Parts: sequence; structure tokens; C-alpha cells
Amino acid sequence: MPETPSPAHGYPGRLLVFEGLDGSGKSTQAALLGKWLAAQGYRVFATEWNSSELVSNVIRRGKKKGLLTPTTFSLLHATDFADRFERRILPPLRAGYLVLCDRYAYTAFVRDAARGCDPNWVRTIYSFAPRPDLAFYFRVAVGTTLHRKLASRQKINYYEAGMDLGLADEVEESYRRFQSRLKREYDRIASADRFTIIDSSRPVEEIQQTLRGHIRPILANFPTGAALTHDG
Amino acid sequence: MTARTYGTRPPGMPPGPLRGKLIVVEGADGSGRTTEVALLKERLEIDGHAVVDTGLRRSDLVSAEIDRAKQGHTLGASTMALLYAVDFADQMENKIVPALAAGSTVLADRYIYTLMARAVARGASRAWAQELYAFALRPELVVFLDARPEILLHRSIAKYGSLDYWESGMDLCLSRDLFESFFLYQELLSREFAWMRGKYAFRSVDANRAPEQVHEDVLKLVAPLYDGATGAPKAAGVRRPASPAASA
Repeated sequence: MPETPSPAHGYPGRLLVFEGLDGSGKSTQAALLGKWLAAQGYRVFATEWNSSELVSNVIRRGKKKGLLTPTTFSLLHATDFADRFERRILPPLRAGYLVLCDRYAYTAFVRDAARGCDPNWVRTIYSFAPRPDLAFYFRVAVGTTLHRKLASRQKINYYEAGMDLGLADEVEESYRRFQSRLKREYDRIASADRFTIIDSSRPVEEIQQTLRGHIRPILANFPTGAALTHDG
Repeated sequence: MTARTYGTRPPGMPPGPLRGKLIVVEGADGSGRTTEVALLKERLEIDGHAVVDTGLRRSDLVSAEIDRAKQGHTLGASTMALLYAVDFADQMENKIVPALAAGSTVLADRYIYTLMARAVARGASRAWAQELYAFALRPELVVFLDARPEILLHRSIAKYGSLDYWESGMDLCLSRDLFESFFLYQELLSREFAWMRGKYAFRSVDANRAPEQVHEDVLKLVAPLYDGATGAPKAAGVRRPASPAASA
């Protein structure tokens, strides 16, 4: 099976993807890159894939009744992604924007694989999402992300800790084990799909310069236009 | 029945055989499906089988989202197809599989085939739709109620007092005329059902006839699934077991 079932998109825009565990620093870097690109006059559209109202409502309902399974969880996120793709990603891509995606279909691939869904099945479901022009994987140790989370006093979310899988009774331990599964899957996909791997332990400024270096070839012959747009 | 799916096995699916039987009744809106399911349920229960009936869009999980999406017409084709898939997966895992494991007969008023036909009519590829529903359990029997579009039209008018917006595929913008859109949409769906007929081993029943005649044919297909004589004419009266005194 090809690791990336979808062909290149062929639209006038460019699709740039930022992937990695929660707390890997990808959102900070995506935002900085977007600022820099917009300052140079490129048409930039930034979009994130976080829990939407649709997903959080259904998850709340499902959790109360204990109804969610790996399959419904997977399909529910696919629904949400399809909605975002059709509304937030495809139009700017067709309109010729540099589309910066903080998380893309790969987030689903790793999460669903960690929950035991068949990876080929998941890939096919997301085959409407084209292969990005450039994908960055922010590689980070699970211990670092947990430390960042605890230091900033963020609460660990039930599903983020994979508590539905019964890996451990204690939230932190479950988080460690589940996020380690995600990391293994990210490592595998990043190498199979030829992502640009970024070492998240480097200083912010250094990482940003690395990203800017990687993006230059993509900007060759790419027209500049209006300022930064964000889907807020 | 065996717990076989059309492809991928969802995590958590029981490995062993399921004691119950999954029977699907498929067909277009107005083909008499719902009437037939009610008649069949009655017959099976009289014969002593526990029956759980199920249909599309009855899950607690996302039915509110589906209703909302239909009111606003805001979701794209892939999104809508996936939302229906969430609903189906929820019903399969939380209702159909447990009922089958407990030994009940599950009577499904429509199944993945209608969902696939609708998705393909709205632009999804057949390959995508097939793989999307590859986690679905293979039924023991799929009865397809085959009725001509003119018959469907009259039954639809009798049922809704008009033609239903969705069952006429008005969201596809095939035609601004409801009547014309109905025929174009039914043609698209029947093309998909025709393709699935062989692929998914549909047993077709001529549904242009009266419900009793349709029911008689359906019973002939259902009876072989049971050891007892479901659907066969019964001897008058109720047989009683011999009394303990007599057998002692």
C-alpha cells in the first residue's frame, strides 16, 4: 500500500503541514512562519485542527453514555476534518494561498492507529485530503511534553491521555503510554512519507531559521499578494 | 452467523460466531420496506424469535447533528457521508452486535447500501464508499425490494402529500423542478443499487405488487435461515408439551 494514497493536489496554492505531539512547539513555529511569509507579501492562510463544536458536543454526549469506540471516535474526527477541509483548506488552496495547517490528516492516522484501527482503512477514508507540498514533523520526547503541560498547569484531557484504552489507572501514566504510542507512529509515518523532521529540543529561533530555509524552494515562482489571513 | 465484516475488523468486535441473525431489507423510499419489516418482525416473533429492529439515523450519538445539518444544508458531500457513517458505526457496535451476540434476530430497515448509494450519488467514488463501510458486518440475508420509479412516486406522494426534498435529491441541484429531480435522483440511486446487487449478494423481490405478495416472497427467502419452519403454514392450534405425569 502506498503510504500516501492521495496524489499531489495541482491547485495554484501550496499546502504546508505542521505535525507533532501536543506540546512539540509546532503551533508557535507555524505562527512565526506565517508572520514572516505575510511580511514578505505572500498570501497566507493559517488553519488549525483542534476540537470543533461538533466533535466536542458529540464526545461529551458519548462519554456520558460510554458510547464512543475507536471506530466511532475515528469516524467522528474524519467528519470534522472533512468539514474543515471542504470549508477551510480547499478554498484558499484553490485561490492560490500558502495554506499553513497546524495538524492535518496525519494527526488522525497516528491517533487512530494508537487506538487499534486498521491504518489502511483510515488512510482510505482520508483519501480526499491531498498530499501536502511540505510536511514538518516536530519530534519531541514524551517526557518533555508532559513536563510542559504540568508546568503550565494545563489539565490533561481524557482522550489525550488515552484513558478510554485503559492503559493505566492514573492519568499521567496513561498519558505517558498513550503519547508514546503516538510518537512511535509519528516517527514511522514521518520516515515513510518523507516529512521534514525538526528537532524540537533546539531553541525557537534556530528552529524558525531552519523552517525558513526549508520553505524557500517552495516559494520559487510563487506570486506575492495580500496580507495574512487567519480562520480564527 | 459468523462475525465477518466486509473488510477491516473494528477494534472490540467479538471474535467468535454471533448467535443471532442479521437480516437487511433494502430498497428505495416508497418500495414498501417499512411495511415489510413490520410484517416480518411480527411473523418471526410469532414463531418464537427475539427480534430487534433497527434503521438509519436512530443513534443517540449524532442524530441531533444530522438533523441540524439537514436544516442548514451546510455540510459538504464527504462530511455528510462521514456523519452518516458515525451514526451507522455507533448503531452497529452499540446495538446490532450486542443484540446478535445475545442471540436475537436483527431486522435492519436499510443498511450500508443506501448510505453508499447516497454518497456515490453525491460525488463520492464507489471505491471510497466501499472502503468506508468495510467495517460493517456481513448480513445473513439482504432482501432488495425492487420497485419502478412510477410506483415509488405514487407511494411517496401518498406518504408525504408531496415529494420529500431529500428523497428527491434536491440538494444535488440536478433540477430545480422537484418532480424532475425525483426521477433523476432515483435513477442515480438505482444505478448504484444495480451495481451493488451482485457485489453484495442482494436477493431481489418484485415490490411493484401488494404488500401481502411481497411478504410471501420475502418469507421464502427468510425461512431457510431458521431450523424451525418460519413462514411455513402452521398446524392449527397450539401444541402442548406432554404432561410430566404422562411421561413418567
